[in-house]
Amino acid sequence: MSSWIKVCQLSDIAPNTGVCALVNGQQVAIFREAKSDAVFAIGNYDPIGKANVLSRGLMAQLGDNITVASPLYKQHYRLTDGQCLEQDGVNVPVYEVRITDGAIEIAA
Amino acid sequence: MSQPEKTNVVVVGNGMVGHQFIDSLMASEEREHFHVVTFSEEARVAYDRVHLSEYFKSNNAEDLAMTTLENYLEMGVEVHLNDRVESIDLNAKTVTSATGKTLSYDKLVLATGSYPFVPPIEGNERENCFVYRTIEDLEKITAAAQSGAKVGTVVGGGLLGLEAAKAVKDLGLEAHVVEFAPRLMAVQVDDGGGTLLRDKIANLGVGVHLQKATQRIVAGDTCTHRMEFADDTSLETDMIIFSAGIRPQDALARQCGLEVGERGGIVINNKCQTSDPDVYAIGECALWNNRIFGLVAPGYTMAKTAVAHLVKLEEEFAGADMSTKLKLMGVDVASIGDAHGATQGARVYTYYNQPNEVYKKLVVSEDNKLLLGAVLVGDAEEYGSLLQYMLNAIELPENPEALILPSLSGEKPGLGAGALPATAQICSCHDVSKGDISAAVQGGCCSVGDVKGATKAGTGCGGCVALLTSVVNHELAELGVEVSTDICEHFPHTRQELYHLVRVGKIKSFHEMLEKHGKGDGCEICKPAIGSILASCWNDYVLSDELIGLQDTNDIFLGNMQKDGTYSVVPRIAGGEITPDKLLVLAQVAKDYGLYTKVTGGQRIDLFGAQLHQLPDIWRRLVEAGFETGHAYGKSVRTVKSCVGSTWCRYGVDDSVGLAIEIEDRYKGLRSPHKLKFAVSGCTRECAEAQCKDVGVIATENGWNLYVAGNGGMKPRHAELFASDLDKETLIKYVDRFLMFYIRTADRLQRTSVWRDNLEGGLEYLQKVIIEDSLGIAEELEAEMALNIGNYQCEWATTIDNPERLKRFRHFINAEETDENVLFVEERGQIRPATEDERADIIAKAS
Repeated sequence: MSSWIKVCQLSDIAPNTGVCALVNGQQVAIFREAKSDAVFAIGNYDPIGKANVLSRGLMAQLGDNITVASPLYKQHYRLTDGQCLEQDGVNVPVYEVRITDGAIEIAA
Repeated sequence: MSQPEKTNVVVVGNGMVGHQFIDSLMASEEREHFHVVTFSEEARVAYDRVHLSEYFKSNNAEDLAMTTLENYLEMGVEVHLNDRVESIDLNAKTVTSATGKTLSYDKLVLATGSYPFVPPIEGNERENCFVYRTIEDLEKITAAAQSGAKVGTVVGGGLLGLEAAKAVKDLGLEAHVVEFAPRLMAVQVDDGGGTLLRDKIANLGVGVHLQKATQRIVAGDTCTHRMEFADDTSLETDMIIFSAGIRPQDALARQCGLEVGERGGIVINNKCQTSDPDVYAIGECALWNNRIFGLVAPGYTMAKTAVAHLVKLEEEFAGADMSTKLKLMGVDVASIGDAHGATQGARVYTYYNQPNEVYKKLVVSEDNKLLLGAVLVGDAEEYGSLLQYMLNAIELPENPEALILPSLSGEKPGLGAGALPATAQICSCHDVSKGDISAAVQGGCCSVGDVKGATKAGTGCGGCVALLTSVVNHELAELGVEVSTDICEHFPHTRQELYHLVRVGKIKSFHEMLEKHGKGDGCEICKPAIGSILASCWNDYVLSDELIGLQDTNDIFLGNMQKDGTYSVVPRIAGGEITPDKLLVLAQVAKDYGLYTKVTGGQRIDLFGAQLHQLPDIWRRLVEAGFETGHAYGKSVRTVKSCVGSTWCRYGVDDSVGLAIEIEDRYKGLRSPHKLKFAVSGCTRECAEAQCKDVGVIATENGWNLYVAGNGGMKPRHAELFASDLDKETLIKYVDRFLMFYIRTADRLQRTSVWRDNLEGGLEYLQKVIIEDSLGIAEELEAEMALNIGNYQCEWATTIDNPERLKRFRHFINAEETDENVLFVEERGQIRPATEDERADIIAKAS
């Protein structure tokens, strides 16, 4: 059984943008999709740009994929599984995330 | 020093054709077998005589130059300027010059051109009587205008005469044209076209006097001269320019005994050889089949023919097409082939629209199948396709008149690019065939701009660009390249279309745009593009709830993200002018936050290494000290660079700093398809380097010269002179219109330079739209700019006053810690991001 850590309110995240949360010493990028108000959580570290920046990228829909484009060199990381669409074998961690009473919680 | 085994080639005359000969020979594979010597009686190497009149605008001979002395020396060409060849000895194979040099040759090339014919009129030697051929002639005309001449008259209503009349008018004189024939441009146009042309020219304020034979020039009553005509009328004028045709410059040939034509011209064969096989003659001095070719393109063909013969290739001069298209005082005039219907059995179609001042005529063969010639006055749009019909003997459509009738239905029977043979010449200035263009496309060119770069097609007079575009698109389609202009999978539109949809539909958000015109959720292509369009149209606060999700990496935090995720801080320093007190503020802020400082190319100061959470505090201090955001993070107006100008500089002509600051304040915050850089120089020394900017301004004695579409950076492009001697009000008006027109029509991330290269109709079209308001949109453009300026806000000032917005400026939403991954080391007394190795080292030491 995983325990859930509350990080912020859904309303703290502007629609279609991301924020970064510190969860157990890990940097987690959390994104809010405007249409469905669905949230996604992946690692904040861009393994190609080598900096903690993914939460500051632009959300991009490519075909069926919901992704974030890295603000450094624009590679797309799929929000559902952390896979980099441009480079096989490059991926970022994914975190379980849920909304409880308007609060965003990450599985720790 | 010439080596004995080399063939010694002496080229007499360094005009456009002589230069073309040297250039072609030096470009051939055989070049090392030749040693080339050239003589010119003028003080400079070859320049573009076709565009001579532009010298009046720029007063800069370099703009017309076709090459440089250095260039020639580099190619090993021996150049004798200011020295004319006075005699030739065909037996000894030597030439002797005015300064007494005698040089021997193996092959001699006469490219002596022509001289202006001055009719033997009594009094033609009086003062202020000029011809129109060299830069020196133009300088004399300018000097006369400046020393008090009020009225200028051109004798000769041909192509060059009308050009000269325009120059006279532009110099501020009352201008007249006197022509012996009953119409203007008698060679190229027929009576109908001539009538319209006369009306148009007269409407422009030029006196047109037809069927006038000047008998004598005597002292005038109100002006310096009085011209007395055969019909007992007269005209008072201060200055006379003779432009009554040209005569081949064949004096040398006569002196040495080469065969010349009855009415002049050095007789040549199909190889361009004269009666002495070791002597060639090319260009306007040469007589082929009893014809003189007074245009540059046939001269170029002769030059290439002579080079081919020299290097033992088979190529023959087979005459040349004399079709021309030009713009005379803003009037389009074109003449193709048999313009007068002289061919036996020829039939004629005419369209004459007096209210709109358009005249068009087709001359077709007896069987209605082939185009023999055409005249177009007032609208020469069909020139390119009509010329192809004639040159390639392409069968005409069933109703040939449809080719010149206005298309009321909107559709015109255009000449499909597919119908042209590979040999069809598309660009006559640079002799580029359809086959050359196919090859360029197959070689990887994907746009008209690429093809222009690779083949030079369309970069001469620009008359072929419309046709070039259709050929390029046809060739791309043939290759199976689908030219999708959709911006991305979410919007089936170009950026230009999106712009119009936003503007016309008064759309204020991405959400609304997607709903009405797109599908899906958007991506990192369409979001910032539409964010930029919304900003260009309405200039609302970019970090509002509706807009924040559209902003690119840099706009979203109003700073430029660096490689380690930190940001640079770039306050605006308009015109590069800054007080010591403000410098102290920058220095203190940089010290307090440990930022790296660097002076930029745009004359301002960048502070690097600021972390997200520091940005609001840093900017609060800067805004309080009177700084504004510099928009260094946006696709927007960046800087207006300036030199110190007349305020301090001994050479300064006008206050460049003052104007730079005014321009920067006017356009700051304007968002555009890509970044925009400006510069203002206070004199022609051009210390601000305005000619490599999107918008460049240079002070002149009479106002400001405006340059547009230059670029440094990845693919440098010289800016083009757009308009001269403007007062400040007009200058600003043109810049307003230019910028908004660019914003309306450019592709996403397309700088003005590339946009301009791809603009159909080129500079001339742009000038029409901006200066003459040919599209009738000038007022709209100005109003759109006014809206932008009215809605300006410093985004940082707005942001630091808004606690909601400031929430985003922290690394963690749920903790006060900062990013431990950001590590600096010191170098040359300042910070820089640690490299990976250094980072590992630092972390190891810490643990």
